[in-house]
Amino acid sequence: MAKPFSFLNIITYLGLAIGLVYACFPVLWMLFSSLKSNREIFSLPPELFPKEYTLKAYYSIFSSPMKVRFFLNSYLVATVVTLLTLFVAILAGYSFSRHSFKLKKPLNLFIISTQTVPPISLLIPYFGIVVAFRMYDTYFALIFTYMVFTLPYAILLMTGYFNTLPKELDEAVIIDGGSSFTALWRVLVPVSIPGIVATGVYTFLLSWNEFLFALTLTKSTEMRTVPIGIQLLMGQHSYEWNEMMAMSILGSFPILIMYMVAQRYFLEGLTAGSVKN
Amino acid sequence: MFLPIKESIQFISYDTKRAITPYLYMAPTITLLTSLMLLPMIVVFRYSLFDNVIMNKNPTFVGLENYQKLFSNATFWISLENTLYFTFMSVIFHLLIGMTFALMLNSKVINSTIKTILRVFYIMPWLFTAVIIAIIWRLLLDPSGVINYLLIDFGITENNIEWFSSSATAIHAVTFVNIWAGYPLYMVSLLAGLQGVSTELYEAASIDGSNEFQKFWYITIPHLKPIIISIAMLDFIWTMQVFPLVWMTTGGGPIHATEMLSTFTYKLAFSSYKFSLASASAVIILLLSMSVTYFYIKYQKSVD
Repeated sequence: MAKPFSFLNIITYLGLAIGLVYACFPVLWMLFSSLKSNREIFSLPPELFPKEYTLKAYYSIFSSPMKVRFFLNSYLVATVVTLLTLFVAILAGYSFSRHSFKLKKPLNLFIISTQTVPPISLLIPYFGIVVAFRMYDTYFALIFTYMVFTLPYAILLMTGYFNTLPKELDEAVIIDGGSSFTALWRVLVPVSIPGIVATGVYTFLLSWNEFLFALTLTKSTEMRTVPIGIQLLMGQHSYEWNEMMAMSILGSFPILIMYMVAQRYFLEGLTAGSVKN
Repeated sequence: MFLPIKESIQFISYDTKRAITPYLYMAPTITLLTSLMLLPMIVVFRYSLFDNVIMNKNPTFVGLENYQKLFSNATFWISLENTLYFTFMSVIFHLLIGMTFALMLNSKVINSTIKTILRVFYIMPWLFTAVIIAIIWRLLLDPSGVINYLLIDFGITENNIEWFSSSATAIHAVTFVNIWAGYPLYMVSLLAGLQGVSTELYEAASIDGSNEFQKFWYITIPHLKPIIISIAMLDFIWTMQVFPLVWMTTGGGPIHATEMLSTFTYKLAFSSYKFSLASASAVIILLLSMSVTYFYIKYQKSVD
């Protein structure tokens, strides 16, 4: 192998170090700013670590019912979207993986191509439809519109996962006289938990992060989700930077946790879904 | 007369049952995607052919007039140009940075524990949503923020620069932030690809006297080509649709300096309430996306 201090090695070490600063410095700056007082954030010279650590920013978020509501809304919407998406995607994924039917190819192609439909192109009709059906400023408006964008990914991920499982598993049930429905829910689903978790995490993440529809299809402060809450905070509170950073940390929390739990499946699933479908 | 479901199903022949079962499983998907994907596409196209939709209960048909108005609107062309600049620069730098990180992580210089830890850190930007990324960088790039402080301290610039609110720098600043936010997808996919290249190929090349660059160019790149093309096309489509990042950093300003097709369309609809004109713009964005998608799918098929 190469000598430990060859030219290429030194370049690689240097590159790795620069890369580390590039990737992490902004995140660390956010984290430590959330632990500073707002006055200290712009004190000169700027320092990464706070002179005085304070949880004031977090305290002020948890003591504001409005801000807590943003989080509850986001959790509620993302959870419902995830459960509904998983249910529909498991059914569709099963069909794609185990059945052969005439419209299979065109349907699969359609689902792949819906991944790239720009949300902004559907926003105006959604606004029209949501207003016409009196769903403006409700959870339903968000749940249904989010599902359109989470479903295609979820179906592709679930199909991919089912394809990795041997057909004998569910065929045995059908030979024994069970219905395909039993085969799916009693046999296939229980052994697909890793795939379902990965798909669920990804779905949760997509709806947790959604911005455009939440901005447009809701109006009252009580219906706002975390990303819009951060935007509101930015406008209203004349730049309470420490609070915005704390809100961002709390807003990233579920994603960081889920990522750590499901990291392996998540990355595999994502690359499988976007590249190899 | 109604029979219990189970018994009525028994009247249906086995073949019919086999034929309709897949469609039963697909039914919720088909219903949802038809009503909330296909139908709205038709609706937005229809909106674009009428005058004053949504605001007016009985809009009049105007044909392609909205498209004519759009094409003679200078801001539309500025937005298109900005979107293309933003998209091309993002895709190119995502690829360069993602590739560099993937190669460094794949090198034999570091051991696998450090590799795993570094990979988690390098993925960081990916874990934050666009709104939060926008907030972080607004703080970092604030006129009296840390980046300006460092630049002056090192003597690179003389004065505090208003990165997001000066028309000379805004588009570059937004693009820079998007590059930071988006490289990990490439890094992760390319790393997975690199791990699939057999070491024997490299060893054979070494015996033949190839240098590192030749190995990279003649072995690594051809092997990664399908991944690079797929990811770059998807990234191109998604970057073209950028909204929250721009909305939260510059809002399209100053004076349209960072106006993208998405922010332009959004403002037409929800600030000026020109829903018909906005629909025409939304159709254009849809067509742009669909044309790239067409090539993406065609490419995927040729690979499979």
